[in-house]
Amino acid sequence: MSYWAHLRVWRGDAEDGQLVDYPVEVNEGEVVLDIVHRLQQTEAGDLAVRWNCKAGKCGSCSAEINGRPRLLCMTRMNTFAEDEVITITPLRAFPVIRDLVTDVSYNYAKAREIPSFAPPAGLEPGEYRMQQVDVERSQEFRKCIECFLCQDTCHVVRDHEENKTAFAGPRYLMRIAELDMHPLDARDRQREAQEEHGLGYCNITKCCTEVCPEHIQITDNALIPLKERVVDRKYDPVVWLGNKILRRGDKRVR
Amino acid sequence: MTEVQRHDYDVVVIGAGGAGLRAAIEARALGRRTAIVCKSLFGKAHTVMAEGGIAASMGNANPGDNWQVHFRDTMRGGKFLNNWRMAELHAQEAPDRVWELETYGALFDRTKDGKISQRNFGGHQYPRLAHVGDRTGLELIRTLQQKIVSLQQEDFAATGDYESMIKVFAECTITELLTSAPTGAPGSAGVIAGAFGYWRETGRFVVFNAPAVVLATGGIGKSFKVTSNSWEYTGDGHALALRAGANLINMEFIQFHPTGMVWPPSVKGILVTESVRGDGGVLRNSEGKRFMFDYIPEVFADNYATSEDEADRWYDDPENNRRPPELLPRDEVARAINSEVKAGRNSPHGGVLLDVSSRLPAEEIIRRLPSMHHQFKELADVDITAEPMEVGPTCHYVMGGVQIEADTAAAVGVPGLFAAGEVAGGMHGSNRLGGNSLSDLLVFGRRAGLGAAYYGIRLNGHRPAVDEAAVEAAGQRALVPFAEVAADAGPGVTGENPYTVHMELQQTMNDLVGIIRKADEMELALKKLEELAQRAARVEVEGHRQFNPGWHLALDLRNMLLVSVCVAKTALERTESRGGHTREDFPLMDAQWRNVLLVCAGATADELSVTHEDQTPMRQDLMDLLELDELKKYFTGEELAEHRARAPR
Repeated sequence: MSYWAHLRVWRGDAEDGQLVDYPVEVNEGEVVLDIVHRLQQTEAGDLAVRWNCKAGKCGSCSAEINGRPRLLCMTRMNTFAEDEVITITPLRAFPVIRDLVTDVSYNYAKAREIPSFAPPAGLEPGEYRMQQVDVERSQEFRKCIECFLCQDTCHVVRDHEENKTAFAGPRYLMRIAELDMHPLDARDRQREAQEEHGLGYCNITKCCTEVCPEHIQITDNALIPLKERVVDRKYDPVVWLGNKILRRGDKRVR
Repeated sequence: MTEVQRHDYDVVVIGAGGAGLRAAIEARALGRRTAIVCKSLFGKAHTVMAEGGIAASMGNANPGDNWQVHFRDTMRGGKFLNNWRMAELHAQEAPDRVWELETYGALFDRTKDGKISQRNFGGHQYPRLAHVGDRTGLELIRTLQQKIVSLQQEDFAATGDYESMIKVFAECTITELLTSAPTGAPGSAGVIAGAFGYWRETGRFVVFNAPAVVLATGGIGKSFKVTSNSWEYTGDGHALALRAGANLINMEFIQFHPTGMVWPPSVKGILVTESVRGDGGVLRNSEGKRFMFDYIPEVFADNYATSEDEADRWYDDPENNRRPPELLPRDEVARAINSEVKAGRNSPHGGVLLDVSSRLPAEEIIRRLPSMHHQFKELADVDITAEPMEVGPTCHYVMGGVQIEADTAAAVGVPGLFAAGEVAGGMHGSNRLGGNSLSDLLVFGRRAGLGAAYYGIRLNGHRPAVDEAAVEAAGQRALVPFAEVAADAGPGVTGENPYTVHMELQQTMNDLVGIIRKADEMELALKKLEELAQRAARVEVEGHRQFNPGWHLALDLRNMLLVSVCVAKTALERTESRGGHTREDFPLMDAQWRNVLLVCAGATADELSVTHEDQTPMRQDLMDLLELDELKKYFTGEELAEHRARAPR
């Protein structure tokens, strides 16, 4: 049942690095992370890789396999031919720390820039009432395991470091959509999505949706509806007139 | 020694799972500058693995539920070995902790009238688990993570610095707790003064000066081969506490979750949520028989159905029918599966069959159990809407942990040290009910945060100083794996590979101190652990200090070995079977043992002592929540003399 696979793994640090070839044994039912672990146990004890749950729930073991952003723990070896060279490289959009480990602090910085859930005034804990159908929209986005594959693949930042300042990335634009669709969130988020977090940079090529290991419809269910609401707001003649008369462009609650 | 980074905080929380984050939120609320130190990235803690839900008697699904019922279920589940005060606080406060999460932005599944939905689980009398499909742990960790971020945003608005009050030190491992230097005055040594660790990314050392430390490091499952636990679960907090002078209790009690994946081999042990059974799934052996009916223990005989018809009626009419035996507490179900497999009535890959496909329509399965559907499809090529799953027991949770005072979560014996969540002992007695972990994290995470904050405030500015000699020693110890084994160490003595030693440790614990235990096997385990400890001392790692997993494992091994000795020694000592401790040579539960806590103390395996300590007798009003006939199954006659049925007041 077992065979020897040809693995090619990027080894190096921020300064320098190269692809290194390793023959590694593969057994039935194994995933790429198993093979990386076997490599650590035998030939490369210091091979750096992040991982935690090994069940697709924590989003730690993100890397690129044959150029495609994937979770190492959810990529089965039997999806490759036995004689195929399997190339594993670190996430390209983020600076390398060592081997397969990258500096993902961009994502945490962006997370901090998104205003948090604003609890509704006048409701005490235990008094929240929401219908299942209303929470399901945001629940889809809360399935996100923060593997940052969508952030890695998005062409707005993948080869354009300069856009990182202005663009929150699919994961955090989806976070805004999630809060915007939360039945009890008290904050108006549409203007800031466009003006502060770079929603306009997204031109809905759906790359983020394609790599999402949780199969969240990021583009169709989060980003496009958010764009539509922003546009509705901007070009709604009543809103336009109201803004002119009342000079109340910013309707944020606080 | 090489340069050491220094930080001053009021509270240092070690671990960023549910308990750690909830503790940090509370400490910050009291104005304490708080550091959260965690081995992984922020938001990746083991809490994300929790699936089924949070137990809290909100009464949304059945208005008959209340804290007293939850308390009773918890004590029964733990076979009355629980710290009753912890079980009481837990049952009373869990609903508030869940409702509070909604104010942080959590989105639980809903009932028809818009409240938080609650599902059935093993050992819980009423549907009690607040949940989000089968990814409740992810919701919990993300909600708390986002609450921390929102507090950081408030601090930014106030001070211009996101990290002025709470800072997360991610991918940073603590290797020692630091206590104050002995001055000769009584009580001057052994007071918490900080913690020593290293950055995983750079390998550089870091010292936190802090008068209060909260341990929230989770469990010890990585000492076992078949486990649902991630690499982080190396018993760090348990070992840190021992080395700082605290006690561990109940270490013999390890929960083997009845349903882990068994095939393919690379995923063996990965959790299959109990919600599968809570939502109607049944267990069958190779003969197609629902075997759990044969394994209802006498103490639970009144509450569980004896026929398939009755069990099936219970889902719609719980008032007039008894529960299906698939929903017995986890220890019972795990032992039953083990027996079926031993008797040769196993599924093709050595487990039993867990079937939900014949019980619910496919779309309902996908709605209620989306991540199970996903997990089996992606990892095992099994469609759970069309065929049964193969499952078997997997090491899941340690009931034992740091001995604490229930109300403050303060570790007994070490001022300034606190513990919450899986690393703390007592709450779950000899066996934890499903759903009681997430609620435990929140209830005692908050209490530990409060305890640590008030402890620091009461010091009134008199912060204990770190013993610099201990900092120096900790740094030297951490670098030992890089030193080559001396040429004169002995003929044939060479450096050991940390991965090899770890795998042998896992095999030893799995085979010899696993789900069913015998004296001679555990004696053998202790011998092997001694050998492994000697080999671990000679571990040699390649490469340098920058993000080096071999080195990290070499350092974690020391903790795993110490904690494994605790498990083996206490398991050998307790000559009865109870909850997560099953002795083939002492198969019965013994009321004389119910009152006994086995207490581990000692900084190294050589110094480790196991002593017997009596439990504090349960308060009479709590005792009176249970019927005398049930209590008689667990307690001695003397202990029940004051029961309301005997001594009417």
